[in-house]
Amino acid sequence: MPDTETSVHTQAPVDAADVVSVELKTDKPRSLWGDAWRDLRRNPIFYISAVLILFLVVISLWPSLLTSTSPYACDITKSKQGPAAGHPFGFNTQGCDVYARTVYGARASVVVGVCTTLLAAVFGCLMGGLAGFFGGWWDSILSRVGDIFFGIPILLGGIVFLSVIKGGSIFTVVLLMAILGWPQIARIARGSVITAKQQDYVQAARALGASTSRMLLRHITPNALAPVIVVATIALGTYVSLEATLSFLGVGLKPPTVSWGIDISTAATDVRNAPHMLLYPAGALSITVLAFIMLGDAVRDALDPKLR
Amino acid sequence: MRGAKSATWIAGAIAIALSATACGGSSGGSGAQAGFVRANWGDPQNPLEPANTNEVLGGKVLDQIFMNLKEYDPKTGEAKNAAAESIETTDAQNFTIKIKKGLKFSNGEALTAKSFVDAWNYAALATNKQKNSYFFSDIEGYDKTSPEDGKPTAQTLSGLKVVDDTTFTVKLSKKFGTWPVRLGYKAFAPLPKLFFDKHEEYLKKPVGNGPYAVESYERGKLMKLVPNEHYAGQHKPKNKGVLLQVFTDSNAAYAALQAGNLDVDDDIPAEQIKNAKNDLKGNYFTQPAGIYQAVTFPFYKPEWNKPGMEKVRKGISMAIDRKSITEKIYNGTRTPMVDLTAPVLGEANGYDKNMCGDVCTYNPTEAKKLIQEGGGIPGGKLTISYNADKDSHKQWADAACNSINQVLGDDKACVGNPVGTFGDFRNQITKGEMNGPFRAGWQMDYPHIENFLTPLYATGASSNDGKWSNKEFDKLMDDAAAETDIKKATEIYKQAEKLVIQDAVNIPLFYQNGTVGWSEKVSDVALNPFSVPVFSDIQVKS
Amino acid sequence: MGRYVIRRLLQMVPVFIGTTFLIFVMVYAIGDPIAAMFGDRTPDPATAAAIRESLHLNDPLWSQYLQYMAGIFQGDFGTSFNGTPVVELMGNAFPNTIQLTLVAFAIELVVGLTLGVIAGLRRGRLVDTGVLIFTLLVISIPTFVTGYVLQYFIGVKLGWAAPAVSIDVTLDQLLLPGIVLAGVSLAYVSRLTRTSIAENLRSDYIRTATAKGLPRRRVVTVHLMRNSLIPVVTFLGTDIGGLMAGAVVTERIFNIQGVGYQLYQGILRQNSPTVVGFVTILVVVFLAANLLVDLLYAVLDPRIRYA
Repeated sequence: MPDTETSVHTQAPVDAADVVSVELKTDKPRSLWGDAWRDLRRNPIFYISAVLILFLVVISLWPSLLTSTSPYACDITKSKQGPAAGHPFGFNTQGCDVYARTVYGARASVVVGVCTTLLAAVFGCLMGGLAGFFGGWWDSILSRVGDIFFGIPILLGGIVFLSVIKGGSIFTVVLLMAILGWPQIARIARGSVITAKQQDYVQAARALGASTSRMLLRHITPNALAPVIVVATIALGTYVSLEATLSFLGVGLKPPTVSWGIDISTAATDVRNAPHMLLYPAGALSITVLAFIMLGDAVRDALDPKLR
Repeated sequence: MRGAKSATWIAGAIAIALSATACGGSSGGSGAQAGFVRANWGDPQNPLEPANTNEVLGGKVLDQIFMNLKEYDPKTGEAKNAAAESIETTDAQNFTIKIKKGLKFSNGEALTAKSFVDAWNYAALATNKQKNSYFFSDIEGYDKTSPEDGKPTAQTLSGLKVVDDTTFTVKLSKKFGTWPVRLGYKAFAPLPKLFFDKHEEYLKKPVGNGPYAVESYERGKLMKLVPNEHYAGQHKPKNKGVLLQVFTDSNAAYAALQAGNLDVDDDIPAEQIKNAKNDLKGNYFTQPAGIYQAVTFPFYKPEWNKPGMEKVRKGISMAIDRKSITEKIYNGTRTPMVDLTAPVLGEANGYDKNMCGDVCTYNPTEAKKLIQEGGGIPGGKLTISYNADKDSHKQWADAACNSINQVLGDDKACVGNPVGTFGDFRNQITKGEMNGPFRAGWQMDYPHIENFLTPLYATGASSNDGKWSNKEFDKLMDDAAAETDIKKATEIYKQAEKLVIQDAVNIPLFYQNGTVGWSEKVSDVALNPFSVPVFSDIQVKS
Repeated sequence: MGRYVIRRLLQMVPVFIGTTFLIFVMVYAIGDPIAAMFGDRTPDPATAAAIRESLHLNDPLWSQYLQYMAGIFQGDFGTSFNGTPVVELMGNAFPNTIQLTLVAFAIELVVGLTLGVIAGLRRGRLVDTGVLIFTLLVISIPTFVTGYVLQYFIGVKLGWAAPAVSIDVTLDQLLLPGIVLAGVSLAYVSRLTRTSIAENLRSDYIRTATAKGLPRRRVVTVHLMRNSLIPVVTFLGTDIGGLMAGAVVTERIFNIQGVGYQLYQGILRQNSPTVVGFVTILVVVFLAANLLVDLLYAVLDPRIRYA
């Protein structure tokens, strides 16, 4: 940057030896990641999101804690009716209890959303990070491989992959979406790494003879992570909707699996007459995405030393 | 300066990107035209050749631009002579067909017996790849023009002979008394010389002999139909023409109808029926069509075909609450089935509302009893397979399962099993890979009970998806075919239908309805037995 | 840099071949397309055999692919199953989709960046929360619903815009579908911008620029924006292709016969010429957009150099 003096990289914990962190097993004076963790624990947003996520995990594992109604007990004569005693959210088109289905839908949706995001993010960061960091042939090959996967329309990929392997389990759906989803995160990660690599502190670290892995892990990753976190947290929500689209097309999760996505897309056609069928599963999805966006924000803030 | 240099390179890259994406294409103009009926249409799946059109969208056009030997009365469904003067037979196998004198195609070309014979020969020849070719399989010589293996050994059907300009004879390979009823089906339309000589030109602007002629056709967008001045039939258009507009989705068409950008919409989505009353100020109606949805069983799997299973099949049928499903899910745009034909046939053609009786009536206690008596559902689990790519079959499949589960008192006894594409679904069926019940819909080709039985239940028939086989049934079908009197034949067909129901070969669910809504600009909107609006009768207010 | 561009253009060739082959295999893998053509009926064996032969379905896969590629290089993308040449379908679909994409892209760019910058500058304030709520809304309510609701209220009830696009697609009719299509991407763009801005706001060079007494406007537009744009530009680059191919739902709702619609129809009918033809063009668009983005990196951050 032309009009900036040499910026002092406040983040490089090269010789900051004022506090020795006791909790850390490493013998290094103060770890960036340790700092981040300490920061995180002071952030109320982190606790709110953690509690929300914990709650989601609990209902995913034991949905019966929250409801004794079966999501499969459906009575067509109650189709689209509003709330009734014991059925606080009313009934959907098939006459199933919306509350029970929202609770039971958490498992598939949370697993699909979180696992796909994790897989796509980890793989995408790896590929994008390496491509951006090494450049040259690495970049050419890794990025072009990503381009090939990027070129496949997700609907085509979904229909083909899932109908050929006769999928229908959560695992196959997650795998497919991760395969088709990683190139986006890879491109974002690559862009961030390319920028971060140019920063003065990275150049400084390189000049000081830091090893490649050290540069990647301690200097580049924390600084390149923010855009990835943003994209990944939003993508989490879109993966849940994508699962719904695939299920709606008959190649995603098969009945009797219950998921928010399936319920949202089924309710969507009738939103003018019975909006409550859409409201609750969509609301649950919003809360989930909110929880992860808040977590992402908290992590990002914790990694940013300029905030300290 | 480096920045400037980068900029040139970027400009170059943009130019390449743009040239890669820039595909030509401009669309012709089409404003609202006074006196024209603007109607909802979709892109046909096949070229507009009569013997190659086996779906409703192409059929909608062909209905307007072709007049067959017979046509079906919009109200009673009765097959009446149209282009035919008379169709006679004494032995139910040899037919003499006389056509009306002086008929012409819309381009002025004379329409003779040869126009029919040439068209039928074209359809029956395998190398012409006409998807309705099997409709000609009853005519003598079809085994030579479309042999099951190898190349055709004859170019024309030996059973067709032109006698003179207005007469030709047809010899069938075996007796089939009600055969003339099917002559109203589009595949049997006559074709002009243009079709054979300048095929590309025909495809761009089809020429026929119906009430309307194609004035212009922009593929995938718009077809403009104007009254055919050479039309000699009963249904002279009462408007200046029809603009068939292609819509991508039924909801989009419905929105256009409400906004006054469309006059006739015969594809109102079921979810909107509740709103249609207000939205359209009463300008809509719904009536059963010649389409139904049912579920059939894989009779090639022993567990579904062993003795006693007919009780289970019957029990499953009685466990489904058709009435609630049609009311709650389809808002009355489907009607519970009471026989294996369709109400549009009318009683004269074989519809009988008392045919199915108990088997199609929801009766939880009896259903549970029957299923238990028959030995229960094989393996205790039931899946209903359907293709998920269109028509939201998921809704009724899930509802039917829920209904069965309620009766059995087991939440997970029955689940829907979606299959991604129609193609995959059909491939699984034709290869005999179904393990449990699966969707079996039927859309009639012509309004007669025979069309609801032969293709579906005769041994080895083309749509006998469950591969059910019954000698008694086959015998009754032969008897009926040998009958020259249509009334008597219909009675025998009904006996055969009774057999199918007694054995619970399939679970009849519901007749699909045709629904049509119209704008305030037009009046006199009706649907024919195929649920296509009778365009020629529609009047446009000035 | 010139060499870099040429190298990248050359790299498109293997990617192009790889993707088209993959797509070809995929459409092939869905199974025999003949069965679906005959509706609820077992195909007549003679007719089915004739159709199979005319579509070269009896040839081995590689031979089908070579025949197809040979056609493409002569400008012949094959014929869809209803007899329309795929080139004609593309000629109709791409102009519509390109217009729709441009509208959506413009909305994304202008609204997304503006919201993102404001939210980033005022972190934790009203606008920031607004962007967050908007994000949650577009993610959890399917496009299907937003499209349909907007169509009903704005198109039918209020009559502010045409509820369904007419046959002659005009730019003003595309505004409503453009907004619907831009929805999810808008969320990405605004949140990415917000985060980048918020992060860079605290950096030394901004402090320096402010300290130098530069007007705030200049600090924000020149120093802050330029340095915050890389992730956003990356996303936008990946999104162009996504918008073009992914408008299936929007195009259906608003009656736009575009790429997404044709592609979806093609997939359902296993119409390999249509699917492969459209995807081929889309791949080229993807590659071109990615190249542009990489070149833009160098403009936004002069320290990034390509050899």
